[in-house]
Amino acid sequence: MTNIGDLPADPIIERRALIQATARSSLARRNLVSRLMLGVCALAFVVAGAVLIWIVALLISKGFHWISKPFFTQDPQTPTVFQQNNLGGIRNAIWGSIVIDGIALLIAIPVGLIAGHLLAESENSFANAVRKTTEVMTGLPSILFGIFVYEFMIIKFHYRFSGILGSLALVMIMVPVIMKASEIAFRAVPHSLKEAGLSLGLSKGVIAARIVTPAAVPGLLTAVLLAMSRAVGETAPLIWVIGNNYVATWSPYKQQSAIPISIYNGLLGAASPLQQDYAWGSALFLVVVVLFLNLGSRFLAAFLRRERH
Amino acid sequence: MRLKDVSVSFNGRMAVRDVSFDVPDKRVTALIGPSGSGKTTLLRALNRLHDVTKGAKVEGEILLGDTNLYSREIHPTLTRTRVGMVFQRPNPFPTMSIYDNVVSGLRFSGIRKKAVLNEAAESALIAAALWDRVKDRLKMHASSLSGGEQQRLCIARALAVEPEVLLMDEPTSALDPVSTKRIEELMSELKNRVSIVIVTHNMQQAARISDLCVFLLMGDDGAGEQIEVAPTQKLFTDPVDPRTLDYIQGRFG
Repeated sequence: MTNIGDLPADPIIERRALIQATARSSLARRNLVSRLMLGVCALAFVVAGAVLIWIVALLISKGFHWISKPFFTQDPQTPTVFQQNNLGGIRNAIWGSIVIDGIALLIAIPVGLIAGHLLAESENSFANAVRKTTEVMTGLPSILFGIFVYEFMIIKFHYRFSGILGSLALVMIMVPVIMKASEIAFRAVPHSLKEAGLSLGLSKGVIAARIVTPAAVPGLLTAVLLAMSRAVGETAPLIWVIGNNYVATWSPYKQQSAIPISIYNGLLGAASPLQQDYAWGSALFLVVVVLFLNLGSRFLAAFLRRERH
Repeated sequence: MRLKDVSVSFNGRMAVRDVSFDVPDKRVTALIGPSGSGKTTLLRALNRLHDVTKGAKVEGEILLGDTNLYSREIHPTLTRTRVGMVFQRPNPFPTMSIYDNVVSGLRFSGIRKKAVLNEAAESALIAAALWDRVKDRLKMHASSLSGGEQQRLCIARALAVEPEVLLMDEPTSALDPVSTKRIEELMSELKNRVSIVIVTHNMQQAARISDLCVFLLMGDDGAGEQIEVAPTQKLFTDPVDPRTLDYIQGRFG
C-alpha cells in the first residue's frame, strides 16, 4: 500500500542524511586527530620555552655575580699578581655602545621614517624598485655591511678605525628595517583622515606631518624600537670597523668598543678562564637591555593605543 | 557656483557626463539619484578632490564667483578653503582634542593668533549646534563624542575656515534617526552662512531640506547623466521627465 504523501526522493534530504551519517561515524577519529595535534603544538611550545628558559637561566647563573658598580664604572684592567681577580669593568664598552648606537639612531630614524612615508605614498615603478631592494637589504647578513664600510672607508679612503664607521654600518642596517616597518604604519592610517585634511584646504606636506604622522605614531614607535633592539646587539659589522679600545672615551672619531664586542673579546681574546667567565656579565647585561627595549616598546604602543579610545 | 558641461572620467571610462546647473547662493541643493548615478563623483569634482586620484580627469568649467576652479592659475588647496566638505562617516582627527580639530583648518594654514582661533572655534561650534555640549570640554579627545556629535564636529571644522560652499556627501546615512533630524535642522540654519550641496540617496530627506534638486541617472554607457534640475517642490510634485517620476515614486532605487 503506498502512502498518499509519497514524493520522489528529495536530493537535498538524501544529501543531508549522508552528511550527518558520515560526520557521526568519523567523530571518534577526528577527536583523536584533534587531540594529537594539540599535543604536538604543546610540545613545540614546551621545547621552545625550555630553550629560552635554559638560556636565560644560564646567563643569570653565570653572569649575575659580575653585576656590580665597578662593572659599569671601570675600564677593563689586567689582573696583577696582587689583584688577581680584578678585571675592572666594561665602561669602555658601555660608553662605546652609547656613542655608536646613539649616532646611528640619530641618523637612521629620521631618514628611515621619511623614506618610509614616501614609500607609503608612492605607487610608481621607482618606488617599487626601492621597496624590493629594501626587502632584500633587511635580509642580508649584517657582516656584509661591516665589510662594505671597511673596504670603502678604511681601505679606499684610508680612514681610521673609529666608532663613527660603526655608526655608518649600523645606519645601513637600520634604515631598511625602519623604512619597511614605518611604511606599514603609514599605510595603516585610514584614507578618510587624509581626505578630511584635503577638504580643509591643507597642503600635502601639512597633512603628512600634522595629521598622518601623529595618527601613525604607535606603529612608528614599534618600528624604531625594533631597529634599536637590532642595532644594540650587532657584533659582526662593528668588529670590522671600530677597532678596539680599553679606555672609555666619548669620541666617535677614535677607536671604540661596544657591548657585543666585549662579549666577543671576552670569549675569544681571553687570556684566562676568568676572563672568559667575565663575558657572561656582558652577555647578561646585553640581554637585559634588549629585553627592556622590547618590553618597553610593547607597553608604550599599548599605552598610546589606549589613549585614543 | 555654476557648473558648465562638467564631465568626470577615470582612466578613460566616463563616470559623469555633461552636467550643467547653477548652485543657488545661500540655499541647499540636493543631488539625488539611484546608486551609481555619479552623484558622489560629481560632488567630489566641486572641491577638486579628484586631483589626488590617479587617472581621474575633470572636464568642463566649475565657476565660483568669476573664477574657474579648474583653471591653471588656481591652486587646489586654495579652492578647498572656499569649498569645504563633510563626509559620510565622521572623520575627526583622532589624535587631537575637540578644540584642535575645529581650528585645524585655520592653524595649519598659518593662522596662529589665539584670539582669532578662539573666536572662529566658538562661532563654528555654535553654528554646528555643538557649543553648549562641548564648551567645557574643549580639550577632550574628539573620539569621546558620540557619532552624531562627531559629525557635527566635522561640520564645525569645515565651517571654521569660512567656506563659501559646503559639500556634504550623505552626511547622515551613517547616523541614527535622532542625530539625522538634528543635522537636518542644522542645515536649514546653515544655509544662511554657506551654500550647501548635498548628496543623498534618501528622497524624503531631499524633499525635506533642499531648495533645488538635481536628478542624476546612469546612462546606457555607465556614465551618470543629468536628467532634470528643478526647484524641489516642482520636482517632487510635477516632474518633467518620466524617469524622474519613476524614481520619485519608488519604481526603482
